[in-house]
Amino acid sequence: MFSMDLLLGAVVLGVLLGCFYAAVSVGLSVSFGLLDVPHVAHPAFLVLAAYGVYQLNESYDIDPLLAGLAITPLFFVFGLLAYRVYYETFERRGSDAGVRGIAFFFGIAFIIEVLIILQFGVDQRSVSATYIGKSWRFGEFRIPIRQLVAFAVALALTVLLAVYLSKTFMGRAIRAVAQDEEALRLMGANPVRIKQFAFGIATAVLGIAGALLIIVAPIEPTLDRAYIGRTFCVVVMAGLGSISGTLIAAIILGVAETIVLTMFGASWAPAISFAMLLAVLAVRPQGLLGR
Amino acid sequence: MKRRTFLGGAMAVAVVGQGSRALAQQPPIKIGMSMPQTGGLAGGGKASLLGIEIWRDDINAKGGLLGRKVELVVYDDKSSASETPAIYAKLVDVDKVDLLFAPYATVPTAPIMPFVKQRGLLLMGNFSFQVNSKVGHDMWFNNAPWGPADSWAASFLDLAQKAGGKSMALLTADQEFAQNLALTARDVAKKRNIPVVFDQSYPPNTVEFASIIRALKAAKPDIVYVASYPPDSAGILRAVNEIGIGDDVKIFGGGMVGLQFAAVMSNLGSLLNGVVNYNTWLPESSMYFDGTKAFFDTYTKRAIEAKVDPLGYYLAPFGYAMGQMIDAAVGATKSLDQKGIAKYLRDNEHKTIVGPIAFSADGERKETATLQAQFRGVKDKDIEQFRSSGKQVILFPEKLKTGSLISPFEAARK
Repeated sequence: MFSMDLLLGAVVLGVLLGCFYAAVSVGLSVSFGLLDVPHVAHPAFLVLAAYGVYQLNESYDIDPLLAGLAITPLFFVFGLLAYRVYYETFERRGSDAGVRGIAFFFGIAFIIEVLIILQFGVDQRSVSATYIGKSWRFGEFRIPIRQLVAFAVALALTVLLAVYLSKTFMGRAIRAVAQDEEALRLMGANPVRIKQFAFGIATAVLGIAGALLIIVAPIEPTLDRAYIGRTFCVVVMAGLGSISGTLIAAIILGVAETIVLTMFGASWAPAISFAMLLAVLAVRPQGLLGR
Repeated sequence: MKRRTFLGGAMAVAVVGQGSRALAQQPPIKIGMSMPQTGGLAGGGKASLLGIEIWRDDINAKGGLLGRKVELVVYDDKSSASETPAIYAKLVDVDKVDLLFAPYATVPTAPIMPFVKQRGLLLMGNFSFQVNSKVGHDMWFNNAPWGPADSWAASFLDLAQKAGGKSMALLTADQEFAQNLALTARDVAKKRNIPVVFDQSYPPNTVEFASIIRALKAAKPDIVYVASYPPDSAGILRAVNEIGIGDDVKIFGGGMVGLQFAAVMSNLGSLLNGVVNYNTWLPESSMYFDGTKAFFDTYTKRAIEAKVDPLGYYLAPFGYAMGQMIDAAVGATKSLDQKGIAKYLRDNEHKTIVGPIAFSADGERKETATLQAQFRGVKDKDIEQFRSSGKQVILFPEKLKTGSLISPFEAARK
């Protein structure tokens, strides 16, 4: 069944969904794309942040977005510590190559999952806010306000991070360490401290992304598994380390998914992200905006 | 104290003492099972296990089975079908359990059916749907109230047709339980000449349902049958509230797993109003049998400590009932002979806290006791409201009915 109205609706909802995907992937674009850390625990950190937001919303009735902002400094420190442990136990010894680095982050992901279960149980959790559960009407067409909020915040977050990485001294230092760690060392800078800071930034961003996660849909402790494929797909398709590429790739993915969901049948949707990834890599092995 | 009273008291103490010594001396009767305690089915699995544990404590307080203490041997199957075959092989061959209970839900149970059939073992089913239909094991007894395979969809479509429904949309999770439901719904619709104008399966991990609900709405159905799993049910209802479903829809719901659990119900609050969905037990006047109230008094206290579903309506009393049936069968046959127990279970009706249970040849209920109930007057963020009657009015089955359908769906939501 085809109609222009349905197609248009799918595109609009797809852009909104894509921006949400960008928000949950942009941290990984820094940690995996720029720093080359096989951070498979990224979605677990994301779910942990969402539970932090849930706790603040439940206990103190704080708006989820403000709660996300409030936990951002904590997640920055958490990121610094996580990278330091990873560096001391793997990277420094040169044993981060291959599957061992991945095993480290898989281990962390499982530990986080179990800790969440112990603390919050296995039930679904969600937050309340005035913009959840309502929609904006344009004639017959309705857009969920929570999706619009996620869209606006995700867009702002991605643009801010892109500006930070390209315009500030520390941002450029992070890009430099990604390009040539050895050259940076020869210039007297400490690449490890820069990488640690960058990992802290990548993790801090998850405070806001976690808030968006629980605003968009209810969460449960194993939700991270649903996001591993999507986030890595977005980052690789974007071109490793490209923040603006992450936004574009995520929007393409979101639009493709919703068009398939609406017009062709929901069963095909999961195949779309990876089919598109393979198609992009076949044409541009470096990703959409990769160098 | 009179001498006779004193002697009577002393004898009673001696008898009780001997009884408890006998209980302590004989090896316990081991009942083995896996139960989802992590993963997507864990919420239900934990509540189910608590129901079974309350039965174990009650039966042990009464002296056990055949004068022997009952012990549960439980492993976490992580909600995974790939874990259960090895767990059940271990329960039988290494732990040497005397009886087997199935894990909660269809997915973890399906792969152990060939094993129990091959070994000729009794298996008490725990809320699976149609796992024995192809295996044909004659020692399988499901505690769930499902009944004949098509009765679930038939009862929903009965209500829909009485409300004037003529075309159906089918939205289904890509997962065994939901697909089985959808299959029967298609069959029943075909027999009744109800055209299926929208029929889509969505995959696990679907994040956003707004697009699917828009496509469903565009098909203009007047019956919407949804067979969804817990993570998705909340997403679907939220999208329905935001996108709308159309004024034509007479009835919405049917097979949404998740709307039976306190956390989900509390989260969704007023979004639930108007939805007609299946359930198994509800605090309505027609649902109280001998021991039901006492069970829920105990469950409510223990659920807080165990951090499980505070209401526990969906699974917990059926876990207890599973134990009650074993108690009756072992007591009547005076043995642990599994064939004898199976024969007793098949040939008799059993009194339980969820009402009388009688099995047909395939080990499912002879008659369906699956409820179709409509959410009414639900407020946001209040779990306690679900303890009172009237929040989920029973529309089916007739003998348990406590109200009539409010239709169309949009009117019922107000």
